[in-house]
Amino acid sequence: MGQIFHRSANPIARASILFSGAIAVVAVYAIFIGIPRSSYWNQTDIIKTQPVQFSHKHHVGDDGIDCRYCHTSVETSSSAGMPPTKTCMNCHSQLWATTTYLEPVRNSWKTGIPIKWTRIHDLPDYVYFNHSIHINKGVGCATCHGRVDQMPLITQVASLQMEWCLDCHRAPEKYIRPRSQVFNMAYAPPEKQIELGLQLKKDYHVLGSDVLTSCSTCHR
Amino acid sequence: MISEHPIEGLEISMNDLMLQLPVLDTVAESKKAEASSNPLTSDEIRRKLSTSGRQYWRSIEELADSEEFDAFVRREYPSQTSVLIDPVNRRSFLKLMGASLGLAGLAACTVQPKEEVIPYIKQPEEIVPGKALYFATAMPRMGGAVGLLVRSNEGRPTKIEGNPDHPASLGATDIFAQAEILQLYDPDRSQTINHLGDIRSWGDFITEITGRVSGLKSKKGAGLRFLTESITSPSLAAMMKGILDDMPEAKWHQWEPARGNSPFIASQAAFGAQVNSLYRFDKADRVLALDSDFMMGSDTSVRYARDWSQRRKVSSSSTDMSRLYVAETTISSTGANADNRIAIRPSEFEPFVGAVAAALGVAGANGQAVSPKQQEFANAVAKDLASAKGRSIIITGEWQTPYVHAMAHAMNAALGNVGNTVFYSDPVEAQPMDQVASLVDLALDMQKNEVDTLIILGSNPVYSAPADLDFAAALKNVPYIVHYGLYHDETAKYAHWHIPEAHFLESWGDARAHDGTVSIIQPLIAPLYEGKTAHEVLTTFTKNPSLQGYEIVKNYWTGGAKGGDVDRTWRRAVHDGVLANTQIATKTLAPAAANAQPSITPANGFDIVFRPDPTIYDGRYANIGWLQELPKPITTLTWDNAALVSKATAEKLQLHATLQLTGGEYETDVVHIEVDGRAVNAPVWIVPGHPDDTITLYLGYGRTNAGRVGNELGFNAGRVRSSKNMWFATGAKVRKTPKTYPLAGTQIHFTMEGRGAVRSATFEEYKKNLDFVHEKKDEEEPSKDNSLFPRYEYKGYAWGMTIDLNSCIGCNACMIACVAENNIPVVGKEQVLRSREMHWIRVDRYYTGAAEDPDTYFQPVPCQQCERAPCELVCPVDATSHSAEGLNDMTYNRCVGTRYCSNNCPYKVRRFNFLLYQDWTTPTYKMMRNPEVTVRSRGVMEKCTYCVQRIQNAKIDSEKENRRVRDGEIVTACEAVCPTDAIVFGDINDPMSRVARLKSDTRNYALLGDLNTQPRTTYLGAVRNPNPEISRIHVKQQGWEQSS
Repeated sequence: MGQIFHRSANPIARASILFSGAIAVVAVYAIFIGIPRSSYWNQTDIIKTQPVQFSHKHHVGDDGIDCRYCHTSVETSSSAGMPPTKTCMNCHSQLWATTTYLEPVRNSWKTGIPIKWTRIHDLPDYVYFNHSIHINKGVGCATCHGRVDQMPLITQVASLQMEWCLDCHRAPEKYIRPRSQVFNMAYAPPEKQIELGLQLKKDYHVLGSDVLTSCSTCHR
Repeated sequence: MISEHPIEGLEISMNDLMLQLPVLDTVAESKKAEASSNPLTSDEIRRKLSTSGRQYWRSIEELADSEEFDAFVRREYPSQTSVLIDPVNRRSFLKLMGASLGLAGLAACTVQPKEEVIPYIKQPEEIVPGKALYFATAMPRMGGAVGLLVRSNEGRPTKIEGNPDHPASLGATDIFAQAEILQLYDPDRSQTINHLGDIRSWGDFITEITGRVSGLKSKKGAGLRFLTESITSPSLAAMMKGILDDMPEAKWHQWEPARGNSPFIASQAAFGAQVNSLYRFDKADRVLALDSDFMMGSDTSVRYARDWSQRRKVSSSSTDMSRLYVAETTISSTGANADNRIAIRPSEFEPFVGAVAAALGVAGANGQAVSPKQQEFANAVAKDLASAKGRSIIITGEWQTPYVHAMAHAMNAALGNVGNTVFYSDPVEAQPMDQVASLVDLALDMQKNEVDTLIILGSNPVYSAPADLDFAAALKNVPYIVHYGLYHDETAKYAHWHIPEAHFLESWGDARAHDGTVSIIQPLIAPLYEGKTAHEVLTTFTKNPSLQGYEIVKNYWTGGAKGGDVDRTWRRAVHDGVLANTQIATKTLAPAAANAQPSITPANGFDIVFRPDPTIYDGRYANIGWLQELPKPITTLTWDNAALVSKATAEKLQLHATLQLTGGEYETDVVHIEVDGRAVNAPVWIVPGHPDDTITLYLGYGRTNAGRVGNELGFNAGRVRSSKNMWFATGAKVRKTPKTYPLAGTQIHFTMEGRGAVRSATFEEYKKNLDFVHEKKDEEEPSKDNSLFPRYEYKGYAWGMTIDLNSCIGCNACMIACVAENNIPVVGKEQVLRSREMHWIRVDRYYTGAAEDPDTYFQPVPCQQCERAPCELVCPVDATSHSAEGLNDMTYNRCVGTRYCSNNCPYKVRRFNFLLYQDWTTPTYKMMRNPEVTVRSRGVMEKCTYCVQRIQNAKIDSEKENRRVRDGEIVTACEAVCPTDAIVFGDINDPMSRVARLKSDTRNYALLGDLNTQPRTTYLGAVRNPNPEISRIHVKQQGWEQSS
């Protein structure tokens, strides 16, 4: 049986021994930090195919439709609510009523079979997230969902990993805004955000981080 | 079957034994078990008892402090025996472990699988995704109805609560109502219309039956018979009446195997008519229950238990307390809650009742001789009752004889209770009848070939009819049988047509409660299968054979009228769950002089008592795993029935129940019981307080067509039950067989080895020493600062709970409510035998006093939510940690299953998923689960969280309104279901909350408080009010001197 490696591979072998520490560090980083935080793992910035090429940019950005026109229960329930076909047809029975683009919507309306959207923001089943309380305490839509008004096809912008949740639950003052600005996509935090945040935290009775970081706040 | 040698007999290979850590001294232990398998005699037990102070014990083995018991309690989760079914050998095990260690870091980093969002086409106005809705409905049962509020998550009913506006519920429910959710989603329910085994459509049935009906009409209905259960639905009754008017030769029979006919017979004799008896326990100072289990199992039990418990709440200002006497022929929950109880064998019961009646001066009372002990009890009770004229109740169990009922009517009249605490009214049932006689008539007519069309609506007589009728053989004479039921059961096998019944949560209907109040039953979901309502089946006999249930019920109540007011009233009735002002007026009646005679003749041999099973009732719930696994009150048996006997009777028959070490299961002797030439084999279960020479058999087991869960469990006690001996038999021959049988009784599971768990006093003792729960110095709670850890200040909420042992009646409703709310799996008998049942809250049953005549106490034990929690410190991955509101949070997704927390828990309230207990695949079970609670997988520890999902939802609602959570806004599942308000939950930081006030009561104590765990759940000591004139079986004990 001949040699598997050519003689010229010897320096590489030697180098791998010499740099074994560095290689181990890189491997550990990749396995425990790099890969889990990568876009591949947490699915950020990944465009997923949808049954209808629905553009938030057009509806929110160009037409100026409020988030709550479609996501009706965002202020009252854990779920923001997905619009029923009826909501689409409110306008599209008149506008663009014949375009092939909207064939799946009209089809759903005619047949009574719902449109099956692919979920973009998908939390694990052991996490119990409630939209209404975040909206009520001054967390803006864009804080988590990004500039939806500039996304032709929606993608996830935040990692939705626990460290990301805890970043805000430990110090909500870094992110919260006045309630009047929650649905404002273009809202820019003021320079003195921490000051404003602390004031809002008081005004809105936001609970202390000890409560917000208790496990049962999100897991049950 | 598990063999006699607990560990050797298990199917485990030597390879698996090598995996066991720690190594068990299996041989030594099994030898020890053999050596000490001779149980203690009563004399030895009495001697042991007499040497210690007031002692509480959970089983005869614990009382005897036997070696097996010691060995058992020394082991946390007793069975370390491997349950790996794959033949994994040591080498491949190590390979697998090596690989899984290497990949451990990556296991947490999974990409979520693709998930879809499917919105509505048109969203119904009231449905908001994520928000549960509640609908009022009612559960018809046992000649009454219980009003319910059912939670619906996105259109799926997921949890049943009581309707506070309904007179039979007042907001609480019981085990059967809770279990209906599982019955609705039971995949074994009958799913298709069947004709001779072929699937047919509803249209086929209508076509065929209408043809047959026109033929029957020409004969005025001769040969047509209906067999139903008790019916309280006014609209269904009207339909029946219409059909019978149309076809006067047709006959209506009724049969419910677990309802007694004595109330009917006695009421005819005493009042010349059918009357319904109603009791006001909230007005009664003295209650005598004659073999009546009024707190458990019937349609009125929730209401009566609540009323009764209201008179039992004591505080430092109480000057009096009600008193409950129970005389009974077997053990019952009501008997366990008695202040004074006497166990009397059935053949001596009627003379005893005669003695009480004679002492009260009732005319016609039979003055037969009774034993001195019974005479003393009778005299003392009569004297006490006479001192509370108009404020007492004598209530009789429906299975007692007409004589006992007649005496009770007469005694209530003599004591002036009628019109004060006892009321009579016209019956709520549509057509009350002597159901035993009715079924016998039907069977005889079938044998005579006089029945040519039999319509069976929701009854299962092939299984439940008395054995002497041989109902199955008689059915073969009937040329045309239609069976309508939830399951394709034993009777369905004999039917030509089978129609699946729509569950009441899928049906429109109506029902009357015990006081006559009408509830409209509304469906929570469209029928999952092809179920039809009873209305829809009966309407095929009328002019409109294809009417829908909704139209029939609405037309009945609105008279077909339409318009604003009618619709508004109808909608209001459906919304409220009760139709206002529909109670039946009560009347004051005087019973005619009693001329009934005792009907049970004493005979040589054993007396037999038949009773419906406490959890699966007459067998209709046999396929409901939640109820099968729920420990039966008092006996704590699961998955089986048994022949219940007293300790003395067991000794007489040389019967043994030997404690095994696999998981504290009992290997018990099997007895052969022969009654009137019919026989059955049954394992024995020894129950303290059971009358001697008497055997209790629970009905409902031994089903053959119940479904995958309920088939072939236990034995069918109905095989020795005849139409003459429906509830009692005398002269039974009993002998021991060489066989043994393992019984999964949970009475010693999760034991805390005494240690002052239950604390109790008599009312007199309590008045003298309000602080009786803190008497013993070694049970004192150390200072809260006595710890290495700094104290944590709870600034916001501090959740806490109190459980009043004085109110707990041991009905186990909290256990099953918790199962339904928290998606707790059923594990099966084999796992219960290993102490692996998953109930987050258990109800411990403690005895005190002599084994022949014990006092019984119940103690529900959920997670105590310790402030200094031993479990939290030992978790290597922080899966259990303390919340800022004082909860011991359990984060399932973090748990790696070391079980250290459970080892360190002194209360034994943590439950481990040893196997994949949850059914992850059956579609209907997915619909059933509470979406607010994680469904746990294998290898995960779980426990009570104070229903944290309810806490969080209430907190979110309150925070949106910028206010604090109001007291009573959060109701845990166990608190909501409790018929006696024994469990109270709330914020102990709010001094005005109910829980904070209860915690300041002198009766408040912490379980194992001396360990300085500072539990958030505390208990209120039990207070009983026994009559000092009644002597107890003498056990010389400190603190029990008045019992001489």
